[in-house]
Amino acid sequence: MVYIPHTDAERQAMLADIGVENVEELFWDIPEKFRYPQLDLPEPLSEMETLQELQFLAGLNLNANTTPAFLGAGAYRHWVPSVVDYVISRGEFYTAYTPYQAEVSQGTLQAIFEYESMICDLTGMNVANASHYDGATAAAEAVIQAYNTFRKKRNKVVLAPTIHPHYRQVIHTYTQGMGLEIVGGDDPTTEIAQLIELVDEQTACLILQTPDFLGQMHDLTGLADAIHARGKDTQFVVITNPISLGLLKPPGDYGADIVLGEGQPLGLGLNFGGPYLGFYATRSQYARQMAGRLVGKTVDLEGKEGYVMTLTTREQHIRRDKATSNICSNQGLMALAATVYMAALGKHGLRKVAELNYHKAHYAAAAIDAVKGFSVVRRKPFFNEFVVRCPKPADEVNTFLIDGMESVEIIGGYDLGQDYPHLADHMLVAVTEMNSRHEIDLLVEALSAFDN
Amino acid sequence: MNDTNVRFLETHEWARREGNEIVIGITDYAQSTLSDIVYVELPEVGDTLDKGDQFGVVESVKAAADVYLPMSGKVVAVNAALEETPELVNQDALGEGWMLRLSPANPGEWDELLDAEAYQKVVEEEEAH
Repeated sequence: MVYIPHTDAERQAMLADIGVENVEELFWDIPEKFRYPQLDLPEPLSEMETLQELQFLAGLNLNANTTPAFLGAGAYRHWVPSVVDYVISRGEFYTAYTPYQAEVSQGTLQAIFEYESMICDLTGMNVANASHYDGATAAAEAVIQAYNTFRKKRNKVVLAPTIHPHYRQVIHTYTQGMGLEIVGGDDPTTEIAQLIELVDEQTACLILQTPDFLGQMHDLTGLADAIHARGKDTQFVVITNPISLGLLKPPGDYGADIVLGEGQPLGLGLNFGGPYLGFYATRSQYARQMAGRLVGKTVDLEGKEGYVMTLTTREQHIRRDKATSNICSNQGLMALAATVYMAALGKHGLRKVAELNYHKAHYAAAAIDAVKGFSVVRRKPFFNEFVVRCPKPADEVNTFLIDGMESVEIIGGYDLGQDYPHLADHMLVAVTEMNSRHEIDLLVEALSAFDN
Repeated sequence: MNDTNVRFLETHEWARREGNEIVIGITDYAQSTLSDIVYVELPEVGDTLDKGDQFGVVESVKAAADVYLPMSGKVVAVNAALEETPELVNQDALGEGWMLRLSPANPGEWDELLDAEAYQKVVEEEEAH
């Protein structure tokens, strides 16, 4: 069977319509010698041979599931209960991309509704959308929400230098052409009080992250009033790690106007960097400026419970060319995974995971700090990630951890020199519930053997 | 429709002279074409806008439409009732459904607006399509 839907006659008609003789003419601007080059390819392989080849190549990678790993920096290795994959692999969910005939897909809408409700509980906010691509794009949408709330009259945005560097880059990318003045600098030792001093009545929003990119937790209690007073209702945006909310006060409780973050820790694997999930919550008075979609629960004419697409106010299918967001879809399957994860763990389970992360990270930090030549930078309390000053550049330490020992390979921390040049000999070490005490001890042993 | 103190834009806004001020809204034809209106976004009191500027958005269950200013001037009042009851625009587009009150910067612009008869022709043409 041929899967080309057009007949020769139809193709001739289309070509005639646009005034060319044949298909080749469509490629006239590609130099002839490049059109059909001889490719120097090996003989084709059978399915069996192909699979063996790919398995061989995959085997050259270090596998984060079997190798002790201390790499975090925004994506974390957490235990994913089997029920998560079981539920999201069900045909009814797995094939659903995003509901375009939304109300026909009641199960999908209910899942999104449950997801939104859980995100509201977790963040202490009263409106959450159906999700974004990832934490970085959610952060950019917060800037756009604040900018629209002030009717595009305020063009200043304060970003903490300890926000994930990728998020800051994506904010710049998303908002280019909007004429924003983005301030806050690149020095991660900048105090929050100094950032608040940058807020004025031209400031649309101030964005802080806790735990921040360096793992530090900040007490943000009382800041909302100061920011609102100084900037005349400047929006206070908090980026957070959802696992940390198992232990820490929800940002809604201390007056945040928008709370967002990377949802990957909530039951998504590392997935080679994606698909991930941006969670996003705000206060109901800003719902109309929020991007994405909002699913609500209602009753039909007969009084039966049902779910509907309640708001999609900034989207293309309503606003057309005036749309201010292009996330018509949502990360449906990833949001479902996060929902199943949160439901499986429950409030107490999430707290337990957060505690394990906190305590294991503190055990690791104390042990690493005792290794000659290495020291933990302790400017602030930390959650599950901390900065280690190394005797040599961090990438040299990492190379040693993988290749330098006979018996074990270890995936080390994140080389902070990549983002903060003066921190070239600093490494960001992440510890989660997945790191056994044995793994942590192996890391400490390896660091003790480095350069000694 | 035959009130000489009311004039129109081709984009379906009306303007009514009240003393030295101009009251602005969308026409009955516009509201019936949009169907159930669920949200009206308006400018802030004190905003200074030019003729032809987009001053807000009217969102219905079918679409969101931008609304444009018939004359230049300063916004002296907006219809706050529309925040909670946007359906007033459906019920009484030329009355209770008014949107804003303007202190015109250039009263001469009034003469550039369509009278009822000219606007009726615009509507008839659109309906023919």
